[in-house]
Amino acid sequence: MALHNLTLTQISQGLEAGDFTSVEITKHFLDRIKQLDQGENGINSFITVCEEQALADAKAADERRAAGNASKWTGVPFAHKDIFCTDGTLTTCGSKMLSNFIPPYDATVVENMKREGAVCLGKTNMDEFAMGSSNESSFYGAVKNPWNLETIPGGSSGGSAAAVAARLVPAATGTDTGGSIRQPSALCGLTGLKPTYGRCSRWGMIAYASSLDQAGPMARTAEDAAMMLNVMASFDSKDSTSIDQDVPDYTATLNDDLAGKVIGLPKEFFPESLDGEMKQTMLAAIEKFKELGCTVKEISLPSTDLAIPAYYVVAPAECSANLSRMDGVRFGYRCDDPKDVEDLYKRSRGEGFGDEVKRRIMIGTYALSTGFYDAYYVKAQKIRRLIKNDFVKAFAEVDFIMGPVTPSPAFKIGEKSGDPVEMYMEDKFTLSCNLAGLPGMSIPAGLINGLPVGLQIMGNYWSEASMLNAAHKFQQVTDFHNAAPQGI
Amino acid sequence: MEWEVVIGLEIHAQLATKSKIFSGSSTAFGAEPNTQASLVDLGLPGVLPVFNEEALRMAVKFGCAIDAEIGKVSVFDRKNYFYPDSPKGYQTTQLHHPIVGMGHIDITLDDGTTKRINVTRAHLEEDAGKSLHEDFHGMSGIDLNRAGTPLIEIVSEPEIRSAKEAVAYFKKMHSIVTYLGICDGDLSQGSMRCDCNVSLRPKGQEEFGTRTEIKNVNSFRFVEQAINVEIERQMDILEDGGSITQETRLFDPNKMETRSMRSKEVANDYRYFPCPDLLPVVIDDEYIQSVRDSLPELPDQKKQRLMDVNGLSEYDASVLSATREMADYFEAVAKACDDYKLAANWVMGELSAALNKNEVEIKNSPVKAEQLGAMIARIKDNTISSKGGKDVFAALWDEKGDDVDALIDSLGLKQVSDTGAIEAIVDEVIANNQAQVDQYVNAEPDKRGKMIGFFVGQVMKASKGAANPGMVNKVLKEKLDAKC
Repeated sequence: MALHNLTLTQISQGLEAGDFTSVEITKHFLDRIKQLDQGENGINSFITVCEEQALADAKAADERRAAGNASKWTGVPFAHKDIFCTDGTLTTCGSKMLSNFIPPYDATVVENMKREGAVCLGKTNMDEFAMGSSNESSFYGAVKNPWNLETIPGGSSGGSAAAVAARLVPAATGTDTGGSIRQPSALCGLTGLKPTYGRCSRWGMIAYASSLDQAGPMARTAEDAAMMLNVMASFDSKDSTSIDQDVPDYTATLNDDLAGKVIGLPKEFFPESLDGEMKQTMLAAIEKFKELGCTVKEISLPSTDLAIPAYYVVAPAECSANLSRMDGVRFGYRCDDPKDVEDLYKRSRGEGFGDEVKRRIMIGTYALSTGFYDAYYVKAQKIRRLIKNDFVKAFAEVDFIMGPVTPSPAFKIGEKSGDPVEMYMEDKFTLSCNLAGLPGMSIPAGLINGLPVGLQIMGNYWSEASMLNAAHKFQQVTDFHNAAPQGI
Repeated sequence: MEWEVVIGLEIHAQLATKSKIFSGSSTAFGAEPNTQASLVDLGLPGVLPVFNEEALRMAVKFGCAIDAEIGKVSVFDRKNYFYPDSPKGYQTTQLHHPIVGMGHIDITLDDGTTKRINVTRAHLEEDAGKSLHEDFHGMSGIDLNRAGTPLIEIVSEPEIRSAKEAVAYFKKMHSIVTYLGICDGDLSQGSMRCDCNVSLRPKGQEEFGTRTEIKNVNSFRFVEQAINVEIERQMDILEDGGSITQETRLFDPNKMETRSMRSKEVANDYRYFPCPDLLPVVIDDEYIQSVRDSLPELPDQKKQRLMDVNGLSEYDASVLSATREMADYFEAVAKACDDYKLAANWVMGELSAALNKNEVEIKNSPVKAEQLGAMIARIKDNTISSKGGKDVFAALWDEKGDDVDALIDSLGLKQVSDTGAIEAIVDEVIANNQAQVDQYVNAEPDKRGKMIGFFVGQVMKASKGAANPGMVNKVLKEKLDAKC
């Protein structure tokens, strides 16, 4: 098998067995990135490729292995979403605003991966400041979906998804504020997990909406996602919202028996309007879980429809403050020849931010204004509680909640970029997880019109291990996760 | 028309924590610009605040000291505004759920009466950095060393009725926070700053007039001056039938006027909302009690104790307890000489006079409390006279020596208290002044008291001032009365 078709787990085992060195496999992937990602017809999934550093890290990893203190990750290549600050390496968050920003610090997730000796090949493309569902809002250009280069890969972790789907890296980090791991994972045929809020540290992860942002793995299989979450997750005293909960070995329980587990199917996730093929694909996947011994139960999450309006108040409100530090004063983009400080602010921000970011800052600023705060922000927080209560009630009766990740497979580049509301509807099945702080994942569930779609698995707080277990068992009896884009 | 003045103060006090409220950087004053600013203080992308528990403890201490309700759940909010010295584009503060709720303090008015001023609330927040407008050739520099220094903002009820009361209130707050050790109280370095809200209303009217806010007044004297000129300004406008504009003003002590800040700087909608990077701060009764138990003696308690236990007059007790520095100095003197009344006399007399005359603050006094105490102890044990004490004090002040006993020796101030030696001198003086002795013997007994002064003078002269005057008196009286 070609090296790039190996899964993360297989690469780890191959390194351990001495089948190849880290330098060899790192070079192999770097060559693929050159071939497939760059240039006009390239996928454009990377903003920065760290060739020199990656080769140096690979060499160091091989030495560490020779010295006998390698971990599972030592020498294994992967990529970081460009939202994670990397010490000494350009970190843009997909924005002109940070197009010159080289942080003097590592995000905790980055540090965790470094400690294991993982080899970061580069920083992946993303919607600007993680705002978008198509990866079209990046300052560095749209990312193409390897399954069909005319379609979007999803967003905001679209670069990570496209890179893994195109076998440019075996896995990549992502972040999910309203679906930004699950939606691109679904549209690119990956296994992606957004953990419980507080599981992975947010230190050094550039904030979009602080109360919703959460980092997680994007890989080809549940087994790989488990291996990755083992390292990404940690308690971090530098993040006050990080939760001091032991990190289990997520790979240890992958093969546990699913017999007797109860799956809830919320009727709100299967509305009349849901595409027939999508519905069939989901139900066929759920059939497989039945074969694995699960029972299925129809449930209701009545507040689901309120997730979009609540999210599009809370997230913009938080981002309107989070992005205020991008002011052209201390770092990042600054306009030419500012007349005075006000001119400096207005032009630096006016020129540095793209349209979608400006739109959300404006929405958030409006929602927090005197006279509107109670009607928007306070009400949205109440809806959050309703949504959370729906889930708490549901998880008293079921182990997992399943449904589609997206309403449809990947759409064409440019198809929805002119209509923000249409674009926002893309997230209708993913937002409630973030609003409730629950873990959610997407696993490949088949193809529609030759494009992948994902089954969403939601679990109770801190149930990542059982979710990965369910996904892994599913992948033992299905082949969807092994499908690869044509010509890649 | 007769006007009533209505004043409310907002005092910002920097908390004396070692590190900042949301980062590990040092809070020490005076370092090179931006050398005490961490990633968090610089507001770099992706960095997160972590609340410093020491700041919490200090704020709760303050709340206990002013007998306030303590917020068991307090919440940090973001106050959004753009300014170059505010690196995140928002200030982290507490709007709806402050750590300290309604409390009160008592101030003493000029006529000696006490007035209670209620404190609406006190909340925790972070200080901003500083913009530097000199030496940058038309540009501005930003120093973020101060950014993130913890502050408590103490908001009074509008119950203050004159500039003098405002100063008394500010001084009392200064005294409380310094007694508690939660603020160094150094006004010259901006450790305490005051915003004064001032309005006027016709006497007898219940409704408040329109107020103005004088920002960032940083000395007791300026508070009094700023409020007084603002009262005059408002009164002139109102007497002429005009109306006051609600606005923020700055006090210019050189021109002795307040002037309006540009309205653009104040017409902000701060868009407060709870900071999602920080969890609500939750404390329980046990925590509050442990802080309450750790409170030191506070100014009012000290004053009462100095009167009740140590026998000082109300005036003395009040002066000696008014500031932490005065109180600490006085207590050290009293401890060293074991005599509160003598200590009070010397601190309020000789020492205060020297400090005032030379414009020296008590913390910089060249005469240390321990030295003054040791000297007073020598007066008490009759080693030196009170007059000798003044000489020792003067020598200490001029830094002619450190050791009180060595100075007594070198200045030759030791009194002769040996009975035999004094009797010998007395006998000699009586023998040499027969005429005066005869006068004494022949005088009416009630006149003799005054006449003894002459003999005392002669004895002191003969002993070169070294004889213990009390003993001289006693021996003389015995010997002269024996002749009568």
